Amino acid sequence: MDQALASGIKAAATEASAKPIISFRNISKRWGTTVGVDNVSLDILPGEFFALLGPSGCGKTTLLRMLAGLEVPTEGHIMIDGQDMAEIPPNRRAVNMVFQSYAVFPHMSVADNVAYGLKVDGVPQIDRDRRVQEALDLVQLGHLAKRMPDQLSGGQRQRVALARALVKKPKVLLLDEPLSALDAKLREAMRFELSQLQQKVGITFIMVTHDQTEALAIACRVAVMNKGSIAQLGTPSDLYEFPASRFVADFIGSVNMFEGKLIDDKPDEAIVACPELDPYPVQVPHGVPGKEDSSVWVAIRPEKMNLHKDADAPPALPECAAAHNVAKGEIKDISYLGDISIYHVLLANGRLIRISRPNRSRFDQDNFSAGEKVWVSWGGSSPVVLQS
Amino acid sequence: MAQRRAPLEYNRTWQMRLWLFGVFFFLYAPLVALIAFSFNDSKRNIVWRGFTLEYYRKLFNDQVLMVAFANSLTIAFLATIISLAIGALAAILLWRYRFVGKTAVEGAFTLPLVVPEICMGVSMLLFFTRVIPWPNNIMWPFSLGSIVIAHVSFCFPFVALVVGARLASFNKEQEEAARDLGANDWQAFRDVLLPHIRPALIAGGLLAFTLSLDDFVITFFTSGPDTITFPVKVYSMLRFSVNPEVNAASTMLILLTVLLMVVMMVTQSRAQKK
Repeated sequence: MDQALASGIKAAATEASAKPIISFRNISKRWGTTVGVDNVSLDILPGEFFALLGPSGCGKTTLLRMLAGLEVPTEGHIMIDGQDMAEIPPNRRAVNMVFQSYAVFPHMSVADNVAYGLKVDGVPQIDRDRRVQEALDLVQLGHLAKRMPDQLSGGQRQRVALARALVKKPKVLLLDEPLSALDAKLREAMRFELSQLQQKVGITFIMVTHDQTEALAIACRVAVMNKGSIAQLGTPSDLYEFPASRFVADFIGSVNMFEGKLIDDKPDEAIVACPELDPYPVQVPHGVPGKEDSSVWVAIRPEKMNLHKDADAPPALPECAAAHNVAKGEIKDISYLGDISIYHVLLANGRLIRISRPNRSRFDQDNFSAGEKVWVSWGGSSPVVLQS
Repeated sequence: MAQRRAPLEYNRTWQMRLWLFGVFFFLYAPLVALIAFSFNDSKRNIVWRGFTLEYYRKLFNDQVLMVAFANSLTIAFLATIISLAIGALAAILLWRYRFVGKTAVEGAFTLPLVVPEICMGVSMLLFFTRVIPWPNNIMWPFSLGSIVIAHVSFCFPFVALVVGARLASFNKEQEEAARDLGANDWQAFRDVLLPHIRPALIAGGLLAFTLSLDDFVITFFTSGPDTITFPVKVYSMLRFSVNPEVNAASTMLILLTVLLMVVMMVTQSRAQKK
């Protein structure tokens, strides 16, 4: 039965062509002198699972609430399916929201909660009952229709909120921190379920989250926000492998960041000297934007660094010039996490870095031990050179 | 060896038992005596002479007392309805909006709670005789208007207080969810906010009703020469003599308030079960 609703929503969604379903045009939101959102322009395509990611106070929730009509932008325009939303109140917008607290009505049964949106729209009883049942089946709550919200678990309440929003067949479903109130195991299961649900109903989902693993795991595209603006917009792998700024590199995943000076920039090679990696320079096999002698940052992910047993000479790397992309240090601490181990290595000039290694074999965990002197190396393609 | 007492088992020591007995005795013995002597077959009300319902019969045949009783119920009913509307709106106003002078408004609302009743009474008397003289010779129940207004002025702050406390626990996302699902402002209020504050409205309404029903001081000052309410009538009866008729009347009043409480508790617990 859930198939019926799913295909119904899907049909409505595919009618719209590839033009953006949501457009933010120079949106700003200010309260007095406080800037919540600062001149954001953003297009979201039909059928996308889009995530707004950022630390708390970055404006992501405000952006979502403006889309739902619960906040009014100070400047700019919001278009939903080509229609300007300036004068449209929240109850007449073709978007529905799953709130962070779920906001399930405590005095109504599960079925009444889901039926509420149809009731205020004046959908006749017979239609209503059928659609409510479909929506509940879609989120696998069909058997709990008569329950009251206080008899449900947190995860079930969230499904009620989902069904309540989806039953209205919105063009876009908004999710405000949908998984933050669930425990770790359930969160992981729900992540998968959300993306399954999104594929089933085929409409655009926009999720707000501060949890980068969540955004990377579910979303097709992610906008990383910082201080009211979009710091970077891209696919999860874009953001992780090609961060545009120190903020993005640092916010998504973990990273070892070294400040340095661009001493040589050729089209096919760039050399950066970092005081913390002295005396060995960093070499990348491509040119980087930025002037010679300017300050840059080198960001290297922990899993893209290697550990070598101590030797007199630095290890030779096949694709790098000798005595480049290496550093000498001492293992201070090892965190064994099961699938991987994280090595905290203190470099010769006092900088502590993180290196992660997968535990591929059941027997090689003892290869390195705390207190051991090691060499650290990385391939030329591993570092990202950042201007800001 | 003395048995260890758990922290809250106060009733285990004889001192505490004595204390509890004292409290309950002085709370309830007067009431029990009052009710018991309403059935006493004696004019003097001192020694028990035998059971009778004579005074209840007298009570129901006492035209003046019955009118006073009807007046009291009418006043309490009207004052409760108006207090509920004003009190709830005041609470919602203070909860929802931020405006200049909000603290002052909040203080003004609670002023009737702290101003001595006698001052309220005198000021009301002056107000309704000098500033806006309330006509006494108009049709019932409009003749009760000045008393109703006076009662509302000290009842609605209680409603506002109870409703305000309830509103503090309201999750505003629920109202936003209703709006998001297609409800207009009125529907969101009716379907989400109102059910949330319903228990506070019932509690506040009952509070207002009982406060109004047994108010003596303010009523005494604001009632015109021709209007009499139940507490005022009981007081005037006492001035002649303490006879069992007063006991019977008071018993009826106690019965009424207890009955109201029971009705409220039953409806509350039913609503919770549902």
